Amino acid sequence: MTDPGTPTAFEAADASTGGDTPVTHHTYDVLVIGAGGAGLRAAIEARLRGKRVAIICKSLFGKAHTVMAEGGIAASMGNANPRDNWEVHFRDTMRGGKFLNNWRMAELHAKEAPQRVWELETYGALFDRTPEGKISQRNFGGHNFPRLAHVGDRTGLELIRTLQQKIVSLQQEDFARTGDYESDLAVFHEYTITELLKDGDRVAGAFGYRRPTGELVCFHSAAVVLATGGVGKSFKVTSNSWEYTGDGHALAMRAGAKLLNMEFVQFHPTGMVWPPSVKGILVTESVRGDGGVLKNSEGKRFMFDYIPEVFREQYATSEAEGDRWYTDADNNRRPPELLPRDEVARAINNEVKEGRGSPAGGVYLDVSSRMPAAEITRRLPSMYHQFKELADVDITAGPMEVGPTCHYVMGGVEVDPDTAASAVPGLFAAGEVAGGMHGSNRLGGNSLSDLLVFGCRAGAGAAAYLDGLGNVPTVSDASVTAAREDVERPIESSGGENAYTVHQELQQTMNDLVGIIRKADEMELALKKLHELKDRVPRVAVDGRRAYNPGWHLALDLRNMLMVSECIAKAALERQESRGGHTRDDYPTMDETWRRELLVCSLRDGEVVLEHQGQPDMRSDLFDLFELDELKKYYTGDELGGHRSDAPVRKDEVNADDPGSEHTGGGA
Amino acid sequence: MGYAASFKVWRGDAEGGDFVDYTVDVEEGEVVLDIMHRLQATQAGDMAVRWNCKAGKCGSCSAEVNGRPRLMCMTRMSTFTEDETISVAPIRTFPVIRDLVTDVDFNYQKAREVPAFAPPEDLAPGEYRMAQADVERSQEFRKCIECYLCQNVCHVVRDHEENKEPFSGPRYLMRFAELDMHPLDVRNRKEDAQEDAGLGFCNITKCCTEVCPEHIKITDNALIPMKERVVDRKYDPLVWLGKKIFKREDLEAEQRGATGARSLENPGPDNGSSLDADRIGPVGTT
Repeated sequence: MTDPGTPTAFEAADASTGGDTPVTHHTYDVLVIGAGGAGLRAAIEARLRGKRVAIICKSLFGKAHTVMAEGGIAASMGNANPRDNWEVHFRDTMRGGKFLNNWRMAELHAKEAPQRVWELETYGALFDRTPEGKISQRNFGGHNFPRLAHVGDRTGLELIRTLQQKIVSLQQEDFARTGDYESDLAVFHEYTITELLKDGDRVAGAFGYRRPTGELVCFHSAAVVLATGGVGKSFKVTSNSWEYTGDGHALAMRAGAKLLNMEFVQFHPTGMVWPPSVKGILVTESVRGDGGVLKNSEGKRFMFDYIPEVFREQYATSEAEGDRWYTDADNNRRPPELLPRDEVARAINNEVKEGRGSPAGGVYLDVSSRMPAAEITRRLPSMYHQFKELADVDITAGPMEVGPTCHYVMGGVEVDPDTAASAVPGLFAAGEVAGGMHGSNRLGGNSLSDLLVFGCRAGAGAAAYLDGLGNVPTVSDASVTAAREDVERPIESSGGENAYTVHQELQQTMNDLVGIIRKADEMELALKKLHELKDRVPRVAVDGRRAYNPGWHLALDLRNMLMVSECIAKAALERQESRGGHTRDDYPTMDETWRRELLVCSLRDGEVVLEHQGQPDMRSDLFDLFELDELKKYYTGDELGGHRSDAPVRKDEVNADDPGSEHTGGGA
Repeated sequence: MGYAASFKVWRGDAEGGDFVDYTVDVEEGEVVLDIMHRLQATQAGDMAVRWNCKAGKCGSCSAEVNGRPRLMCMTRMSTFTEDETISVAPIRTFPVIRDLVTDVDFNYQKAREVPAFAPPEDLAPGEYRMAQADVERSQEFRKCIECYLCQNVCHVVRDHEENKEPFSGPRYLMRFAELDMHPLDVRNRKEDAQEDAGLGFCNITKCCTEVCPEHIKITDNALIPMKERVVDRKYDPLVWLGKKIFKREDLEAEQRGATGARSLENPGPDNGSSLDADRIGPVGTT
């Protein structure tokens, strides 16, 4: 598996592109960078459409960050509440993102998520079941109905294993035909891509190295799908793993694509806060979805004090009503613990700041007083083990201590919603690395469904792009040489900087100065600090050995982390309002004129350039799915003119009693 | 409660290597993986360690700590005394790449040899119905995070390189059991497990179950029931008689080779996306 693929003309010719170190060459139709949910789903789709596909996996195959997702996959299958449908899911998603979402992405996502979940069962997934034997669905923050397909609290593991096993299944089909498991679908695991290679405007391939040996590799592919995930390793307290260094964001920028919405970084409200070494590790939102409550040091359920005006009608105002909702959701409003993540994270932050926090600087998340111990260990088995083994806390007997942790970046590569194509011909992006879908804040559960819906579309988009391609782009020797020099620089450098030290300073800077609550002067300081760090990166030197050398790998990742951090800081400084995952201490309220503004980063002469870009108007039939009163909270008066309320007659917006209209998602 | 701990960490590669002594600070609440990271950052920048999630969910950081196969991220320093010297070595059954990192590709090869889930041909996506009680058996095995600690300790392969060819190891024998117990899988898995994956090598010493960080009862719930199913079929006089009378051998051969609906033969809406990407082109051009 580590060195798959059939020899190509390049390999046959031994392909040394000059210089000392030989470069191994591979040729595929589609190169998928990233082997989490989006990458694997894209690879499956491209292979099903007849393409030869290579998958690049930074870690071992099956270990990508998707494995850490816990709560579930949001899809309006209507198994738990038949009133759910794509329109409700669409509305919830737009609300959660404070109407900054790309509405077309939110529409496609809501319509296609059920089909993407159902097909996982044909790959062998085993979700938890309803009494009728359908896929069970659980409640989550911001979702109006129980909507998350899940397997206990290890849904991400199920998703990645299912997709991994589907890849293997396709390889078995190829084996039966060709005698080679990897003839048409190959996995290159423990490889890292450091640069995209272009022929003129178009993508022609990618350059990288193989982690275990340090061998250099060049892929020749006219279509490249970025599915590299997020950027959390730029922050000190994060739920993200070492892989989350913003590789795809930076690769896309250097290739000429744009990043949008980079100021929006989601801080998950509930990460572990103790012991210090595990600070940031995720505590799933399912704890609250299944009945867990947040309390401060005075024992008060403080979330009732933090229901913002825009959500006033949808959330319970008393503990009694909130508690009744778990058993009678139709006649009660949901408890405010289930507000979107940005609201809960800010509330916790404020409780701690005002002195009502727990000893370790968090608040209490209690499920022990809400259900029997056996029920907790059945519904939340991995949370039980995580706390038992890492913190020596029994969550069936007492509360957890939790606080905000950097979890997800809403911003990413600007793509065409239907095809996942970026502005660079041949370059596609899906999943966390793509931007727009979640607006200013992502709802829990919408990530796994995003991976599947847009992973699939990216695979289809890449295949269709190839079908329409005239002459095939080629990789130039010069671009390979340049990419190789960048990769080898830290090995040849004698500058004396330590990669780990630079990384720690970056994490501290982003955490302290561009964190959950932001101020202009702090972000200006951060930008200054980032420039200093950027100057130090070329001087980072590592011990010379190439085989599995983590110091070298980190040195190469630093460049990407710094570029992405600069985008975040610049965009955050520019946006003078608070919205979703972007909270300004100096501009504490949401400003409806900013809803029409997207901030877009691109690279010009090696420098990050920030520009404003208009938000396209929502299609009128989607606009009409909302009540005018709700839209008034987000839109300026003159934008509301086209709403259905202006027209004399229209049929009722939700056909609650007509199940036939609910599952019409798949088609589009 | 910080203190300076003594560590012996195996450093080397396929050519050879040895334990190297380190003295390193330990803070409250830390796990062994934290200490390895501190070593990297302060004393051994090039020390190879494979890890990902640091939360016991990905199964990357397997190693032998004081000779016991463990996930480094789930091994708390508080389980050792402060004056103890702690040894950390790569898992033994697989070839070393460098330092604590081993070549685990054996496992990926074995994974490819398990015939994939064979879905029923008459059910469309969305039509699957299964009872919770029926899926729970296989769900237990799907908790596996593929840390390969069970593969590492299994004595069939730990000290017997020659058995790696015929024997798939506990993780993949469990995968056969998982598919055999899947309520909708249409393939007969018993002979596959016995003849192709070496189920007979297993003599249920339960080493695999003991080291499983997910606490999956590999031996009791997967391997022993699978062995019983194989034996039942082989020696059951009714099955034998049935075969004679109804010529069921043909049927069973068919079942054994069953693959269910195959994707590449029918890459239509049911397998892939139903949507044609209706607009192809860079963003902004349409």
